[in-house]
Amino acid sequence: MSNENYRSSYETTMFQNKNSILSRWHIDLPLMLGFIMTLALSLFVLYSASGQHPDMLVRQIIRTLLAFLVMILVAQIPPKYFAKFSIYAYIFGLILLVLVEVVGDISKGAQRWLNIGFMRIQPSEIFKVVMPLTIAAFLSKQRLPPRTHHVLFAFVILAVPVAFILIQPDLGTSVLVAVSGLIAIFLAGMSYYWIIGGAAIAGAALPIMWNYVMHDYQKMRVMMLINPELDPLGAGYHIIQSKIAIGSGGLFGKGWLQGSQSQLDFLPEPHTDFIFAVLSEETGLMGFLVLSLIYAYILSRCVYISLCAKNSFERILVATFTYTFMFYIFVNIGMVSGILPVVGVPLPMISYGGTAMITLSVSFGIIMSIHTHKRTLTFK
Amino acid sequence: MFLSKRKKERTLFKDKEKRKKRRAVNNDYNVKDIELENHIFRQRTYICIGVMIVMFAILFSNLYFLQIVSFDDYQTRSNENRIRVLPVVPQRGIIYDRNRIALADNFPVYHLVIYPNKNIDTRQSIISLNKLLNLDLTDKEIETLVRSSRTRKRFSGIEISDVLTDNQIALFATHRYRFPNVQLSASLKRYYPFSDITTHAIGYVSRINQKDVENLTLAKKIENYEGSTEIGKLGIERYYEDLLHGQTGSKEVEVNSHGQIIRTLKNNPPTPGNDLTLTLDIRLQYYAQELLGNMKGAIVALEPSSGEILAFYSNPSYDPNLFVRGIRSNEYKALLDNEDRPLINRVTQGGYSPASTIKPLLAIMGLNENLVTPTSSYFGAPAFMLPGSTHKFRDWRAWGHGWLDLYRAIEVSADTYFYDLAHRAGIDTIHKYLDIFGFGRETGIDIKEESLGVNPSKEWKLRRFKQKWHVGDTIPIGIGQGYWTTTLLQLAKAHATLANYGKVVTPHLLKSITNSQGQTNQYQDQEQGRVIELKDKSYWEAARAGMYLVVNGPEGTGKRAFFGAKYKAAGKSGTAQIVSIKQGEKYNAKNLKAEHRDNALFVAFAPYYKPRILCAVILENEGGGSAKGAPIIRKLMDKYLLELYPNGYMGEAVGKSIKFGMGGTVEVK
Repeated sequence: MSNENYRSSYETTMFQNKNSILSRWHIDLPLMLGFIMTLALSLFVLYSASGQHPDMLVRQIIRTLLAFLVMILVAQIPPKYFAKFSIYAYIFGLILLVLVEVVGDISKGAQRWLNIGFMRIQPSEIFKVVMPLTIAAFLSKQRLPPRTHHVLFAFVILAVPVAFILIQPDLGTSVLVAVSGLIAIFLAGMSYYWIIGGAAIAGAALPIMWNYVMHDYQKMRVMMLINPELDPLGAGYHIIQSKIAIGSGGLFGKGWLQGSQSQLDFLPEPHTDFIFAVLSEETGLMGFLVLSLIYAYILSRCVYISLCAKNSFERILVATFTYTFMFYIFVNIGMVSGILPVVGVPLPMISYGGTAMITLSVSFGIIMSIHTHKRTLTFK
Repeated sequence: MFLSKRKKERTLFKDKEKRKKRRAVNNDYNVKDIELENHIFRQRTYICIGVMIVMFAILFSNLYFLQIVSFDDYQTRSNENRIRVLPVVPQRGIIYDRNRIALADNFPVYHLVIYPNKNIDTRQSIISLNKLLNLDLTDKEIETLVRSSRTRKRFSGIEISDVLTDNQIALFATHRYRFPNVQLSASLKRYYPFSDITTHAIGYVSRINQKDVENLTLAKKIENYEGSTEIGKLGIERYYEDLLHGQTGSKEVEVNSHGQIIRTLKNNPPTPGNDLTLTLDIRLQYYAQELLGNMKGAIVALEPSSGEILAFYSNPSYDPNLFVRGIRSNEYKALLDNEDRPLINRVTQGGYSPASTIKPLLAIMGLNENLVTPTSSYFGAPAFMLPGSTHKFRDWRAWGHGWLDLYRAIEVSADTYFYDLAHRAGIDTIHKYLDIFGFGRETGIDIKEESLGVNPSKEWKLRRFKQKWHVGDTIPIGIGQGYWTTTLLQLAKAHATLANYGKVVTPHLLKSITNSQGQTNQYQDQEQGRVIELKDKSYWEAARAGMYLVVNGPEGTGKRAFFGAKYKAAGKSGTAQIVSIKQGEKYNAKNLKAEHRDNALFVAFAPYYKPRILCAVILENEGGGSAKGAPIIRKLMDKYLLELYPNGYMGEAVGKSIKFGMGGTVEVK
């Protein structure tokens, strides 16, 4: 055997070997690479945002590893079970939502947490996964495009938990959950007439929402968005400081650990919701472009997976998670840079915080499961 | 998109057979149309990808607007956030006495400053600090501090305690970890080591109040006081405030959102204030205090040739350091309510009748107006009566003095001689001469606390009392009583003119100014050696000779006090009545209330020909000038001429005898 041959055969084995381990564990390598890139970026920004706090980095690493573990565990479950168990998860989630109304912990004026002894959970967070799952499962059982009464029923499925989350009150999460459900219904093939009609009704409902449904603090956030200078030391302070941080970053930023807004405590919550401002201040517009590339890479991989999926349930589910993920990105960056109200949405995969990361890892676990299980089936 | 079902079908499925088959299936709603589902999903995916691209485009264009288009604006605002320009208060100039002994100095003091932090309970911090360091803050004071910490200007700390003892500093240092938002900050505080000895001359600095701010704003100096907490309120500290304060510098610092300073970016150091050297000799000043003891009164000593004030003391005095610390209301009330009125500067603010001390000056007037000659004689009866009146203006000696000339009239302080002189001169002439000697005018001393006294005139009385001037009003002016009031400094200045043979000097406290580069400027006298011209220069000598006799003559009122002096002095006593004694009654101190007893005055200079020192003393309600005042002046002169500066001029070496008219023959050194 010549030297050249030996090497090529060795490489082939290695590749096959690696591939086989990954496929045995139902891990999608391209997605995994994307997550590792976001983790690296997250640690990079977080170190600066936390005021060079190594403890926080260690905790973030542990959480990310835990999230990866959850993702891999979820990926082991064959996709058909997701559809089967979606209704039970939905009912379980609803029960928790009712419980949180009765015995929930109050934090920042809203009942959002349920204390179950060893940990506190946020039932509304569960619906970020369960909502697309339930609607995809329900609609894909029917013949598509869905008929009117199916669409209406899907809206009922959507509305009940959203209403519960809204009265907590948690406008941010309820919008995210509602949007994930709407994306699922849209992808299932809801008629365009309905979409335009619904948008018109929603437009008409806005003034009613403003006058009768929204809380004062939520109205204030919207007002601040339109003109943050109204109250520069009060409610508008966060947006102003965040915009100053981003704007002063310029094209290339002030340099890592050199952002005065973030290092000198002018930014509110620099390591959680406003981490994008830290990134922008220190790395400038270039930082946004790098982040966008990584996100675009993950998103395109997910879109590809959704197009490869073998049935409607799977592809609606994968696509819903994908576009919801994009929606999170848009809402977070939009609010931090001052074009959307501050609703408390973390930057996915980058912000410090456990709950949101676990929710995301479950959805990506499902995506991986759908992709990898299909493949093993095809090969057999 | 919005095609009819048929058309859509036709575009999707070209094959007619397939269409038929589909239609059959379509009628059964339980069967799925996989191809249609695929088609719809793909179409919707394209829409979603389009939406995602639009979202990224929106985010990008917004960020482009923020980071590229508005970059300059946001960069400025970011710098405004983090960069503070802090004033750096200059070090206040030090005040020295003529021998470079510091009379007002700066000492570092440490105070606690708390920076309110949303994560730390300000009230709890203050309470535990109060307990730990025994700051003696009342609940009310704590409440005020907490309230001011809420309404504070952003980025500024709240001072909890201004002066800490060494023990408190050490205690705080060991417990500092418990108070992360409390800082120990050092600043310089004014300190007056000689306490109440120098108060009325040097004054003090105290906290800048609203009125000071208004005045500084009007004078356009407010910017230079950015960060300064104290300003001169009295005496030299007030008069030379601009020289002492210096030029405020600035420091560019980086702060965090809580206002804590992270680092210094730029430093523009302040220019320290000028050091002032005063003409005072603290030893003489101290001795003046000792001499006055418990007596109310004042002493001023100056160098007649230059006007330099050597001693400037008003008794009782008070501790100026109380005002630097921030005087408490009960302390201030005690000063205000004190019947001895320590706040009054008795050298420049007390209006006193000069009494007989001004007789030599009136003699100058008489000589220059040709009303008397040095040797023209006058019979000193027990009393003086205006023609056609029975009102008796009594002499101080019940039986009169007999025949007098000018020398003897001054020597024995004959009242009738000067009643007659005043009567003949008339109030207009007296007013004119007193004005020439500076009565009723500012002396030009470099402190602002000065009253003008009253140089009476017809206009003045009309203005003040709406009454005409009576001839009888003129008579007591002749012995320095009546409407005439003067400050001790005016008296000293007028006598300095006499001692200088007419050369006018401005009494002043400042000797020289030393700026931060070490350059020294001497005090410039505004009078520039102005001399009062008389018809004959010898008139000065005559009046001075009268004063010489007071101290050295056989009948001199100050003879006893100056017995055995190693230098030859000249002086004049004065005893001022506070209440008028009824016609035919005798003055008896024992029958009078303490505050109605006579004021004692004495003015003297020595050595006689080229005097090095001129002293004036006033003692309130202490009795006779020659008995009470003269011994004090003697001691002060001995101290200065013999003890402190024994190598100076002491008089002519060869003595000669001179006959002074009726005053007698005296050895002159």
